Amino acid sequence: MSGRSIADICRDNERLIIGASAFAAFLVLWEGFSRGWWATLFTPLLGEGARALAIKPIFISSPTGVAQQAWTMFAVTGEIWPHIAQSGGQLIVGLGAAILIGVPLGLAAGRYRTFSYILDPFLSALNATPQVAFLPLFVMWIGTGFWMRVLIIFLLAVIPITMNALAAVRTVDPRLLKVASSFGASELHTFRTIIAPSALPFILSGMRLAVGRSMIGIVVAELYGSATGIGIMINMAGSSFDTDKVFVGVLVIVIAGLLMSEALRAIERRYDGWRPAIGDNY
Amino acid sequence: MNPKLVARDVCLEYRQPRTGDRLLALDRISLSINEGEFVSIVGPSGCGKTTFLSVVDGLLPATSGEIIVDGLSVNKPGPDRAVVFQDASLLPWRTVLKNVCYGLECIGVRASEAQERAMRFVQMVGLDGFENSYPYELSGGMQQRVNLARALVMDPKILLMDEPFAALDAQTREYMQEELLRIWEQANKTVLFITHQIDEAIFLSDRVIVFSARPGRVREHVTVDIERPRSLKLKRDPRFHALEDRIWSLIHDDALAQARS
Amino acid sequence: MPGNALQRYTPQLVGAAALLGFVGFWEAAAAYKLADPMFISSPSRIATVAAEMWEDPDFWRDVKVSSTEFIWGYLAAIAVGIPLGLVIGWYKRAQYALGPFIDVLNAVPRVTFMPIMVLWFGIGIWSKFAVVFLGAVIPIILSTYSGVRTNEARYLRVAKSFGASQMKTFTSIILPGTAPYIFTGLKYASGRALLGVVVGELYAATAGVGHMIAQAGNAFETDRVFFGVLLFTFTGLVVTSILARMEKRFDRWRPEGAVR
Ligand SMILES: Nc1ncnc2c1ncn2[C@@H]1O[C@H](COP(=O)(O)OP(=O)(O)OP(=O)(O)O)[C@@H](O)[C@H]1O
Ligand SMILES: [Mg+2]
Repeated sequence: MSGRSIADICRDNERLIIGASAFAAFLVLWEGFSRGWWATLFTPLLGEGARALAIKPIFISSPTGVAQQAWTMFAVTGEIWPHIAQSGGQLIVGLGAAILIGVPLGLAAGRYRTFSYILDPFLSALNATPQVAFLPLFVMWIGTGFWMRVLIIFLLAVIPITMNALAAVRTVDPRLLKVASSFGASELHTFRTIIAPSALPFILSGMRLAVGRSMIGIVVAELYGSATGIGIMINMAGSSFDTDKVFVGVLVIVIAGLLMSEALRAIERRYDGWRPAIGDNY
Repeated sequence: MNPKLVARDVCLEYRQPRTGDRLLALDRISLSINEGEFVSIVGPSGCGKTTFLSVVDGLLPATSGEIIVDGLSVNKPGPDRAVVFQDASLLPWRTVLKNVCYGLECIGVRASEAQERAMRFVQMVGLDGFENSYPYELSGGMQQRVNLARALVMDPKILLMDEPFAALDAQTREYMQEELLRIWEQANKTVLFITHQIDEAIFLSDRVIVFSARPGRVREHVTVDIERPRSLKLKRDPRFHALEDRIWSLIHDDALAQARS
Repeated sequence: MPGNALQRYTPQLVGAAALLGFVGFWEAAAAYKLADPMFISSPSRIATVAAEMWEDPDFWRDVKVSSTEFIWGYLAAIAVGIPLGLVIGWYKRAQYALGPFIDVLNAVPRVTFMPIMVLWFGIGIWSKFAVVFLGAVIPIILSTYSGVRTNEARYLRVAKSFGASQMKTFTSIILPGTAPYIFTGLKYASGRALLGVVVGELYAATAGVGHMIAQAGNAFETDRVFFGVLLFTFTGLVVTSILARMEKRFDRWRPEGAVR
């Protein structure tokens, strides 16, 4: 567009400019702490006290340290890939099972009142429990391997999925259901033509919540055991004070989380995203 | 008579922050309203009536031009003007009485005195018994009456009303029109009244200003030369019908022209 | 009419019956050795353990440690999260600057930081406090923020038109409009705070109910594990219902139908 002054352009991209500067400032600040820049800078002002502004990289790592470590792990040794594959596999199986079980369960509870009365106390109790407290129990039952982790992920993910699927059926316009039954539509047909389409957005937002929960599952389940997995890598690096590596692991999880929630948000938007999430948000 | 309210070459441009597009909503609006005069603005939907009212109240700064009240240029809301908003905009977390008190609280009137004054206006709009209800417990028409009371309690010299009766049923609407005229005649207020209903504009006003379609411009001033006090019978008077026809065709022509271009 | 009352309480009755059935089945499964009680425990064994623990000072020390972590972490998250949410909701530039950090923290489960927190604050109470705080603060910030953002422009316009001061606008428009959102955030955050306690204590601790569960798990004391889990369930239910009750007091102005 013509006639836009620099001031206009600055104002229109204010969000980007401020956000990027804040992020850059954060990185510089961080790097400076670990390299002792701030200690040197403030020594004339604060004297000996400025020493507190230098923090050992072993505690906080540094942006360049993390970048270097990431480069090594991804491109040079490639050691991170098995961890990602292992955790990703667990996530897919656990989340997949949660969807396969949670969606039908929730739909059935939404449709058949008595069933929801039965399900409700269990669902609320499970929802109020921090489900990771079951971890020691699962370890006792099936050990620390792949399936234990899948089970934790499943348990965390299945609750929001079921709750949202249940709420989804409840919000179906009763007039539509009446129309269907007056035409003598079969139960299956009603599900397919009326309930499923209007419930879909809700179910999708349940899945978005579930993805967040299953990320917790990955990290927590891998507190136990000592094979492969991103959580385990973070853990081992932490106990050997390899802070750069810890941050690389955290970074992988951040990026995976951002990607997945963005992808689901995009899908949700496609199937009209104006409907709110039920149960917990974010 | 001296002008109470003057708009001089008021322009207003909305700017879309993301695309940088500009939209001219008001184009050099000039008008002058005398003290105690009742003036209505009519015009097609989206022509800038609400926008103009916001500029007069000081909610929106004019892109150019100025609003003059009692000879002084104004650019922010003041106690001399009060708005009856198009959507009732009652604060849903306040009861009827507390909603009517709101403006008084804002100018620092003591709570007990504010409540006392508010109560009188709650009664005046016929809502005694509902003073402790929350807005969701009221009908649309009742909410609109609270909206009116909330503005009147401030005792503003200039009353700015944005389609205040649009949500009311026909009976309540006519009742409220007569009520408004009664208040106006008693309290000697200057009223700027926006409406879509041509008959309402004529019935209430000394003068009807017709806005053209977007960008809003003053298209014509129509003086309503009909004696007061007026009663609802007036709506069957031939002079009334003549004015109605005239205003209707002004708006209609404009809408047609807009549609063609 | 008794028939009517019966109908009204059908959901509760059916729910209670289902729970009782479940407990009965569990007990029977253990009693008739359908499965080894060492693995699945049983309601009566859990009850026995509960009675024993009640007398045990070590257990009360664990409870005290866990509740300290939970309460202080949660309160700190409220004290930081609500004001921060209000600020970034009100000042768009603050949102521009802090938004990226909050989004990133929101996308990652904060328990991921556990190893770092242990590195920084040791295995004592402070690392748990930090994880509880981090877990709870993000949902509080985000829901407060979205509460401020969804404050409808028309109410702000009313305040402006009546010449309300910044302070008046804040207390009369922003706060009441945001309260329901804040409560949603608080409810969600309480779950995250409890999760932080559990994970922190499972990961590295010397005391706490989570620590107790972990140790009992290592020793194959299933009864104690179940007791600990149920304790967390109970805590979660109590906290949510307290919050729901508080919310109701703030919510009188909303029509019943809109309240979930
Ligand atoms: N906040 C805004 N940002 C951008 N454009 C706006 C905004 N408010 C109004 N507009 C535009 O300005 C024009 C005038 O709007 P306004 O609300 O003043 O119309 P109106 O005459 O009051 O219409 P109605 O009779 O339907 O109430 C409209 O075309 C509208 O699209
Ligand atoms: Mg309007």
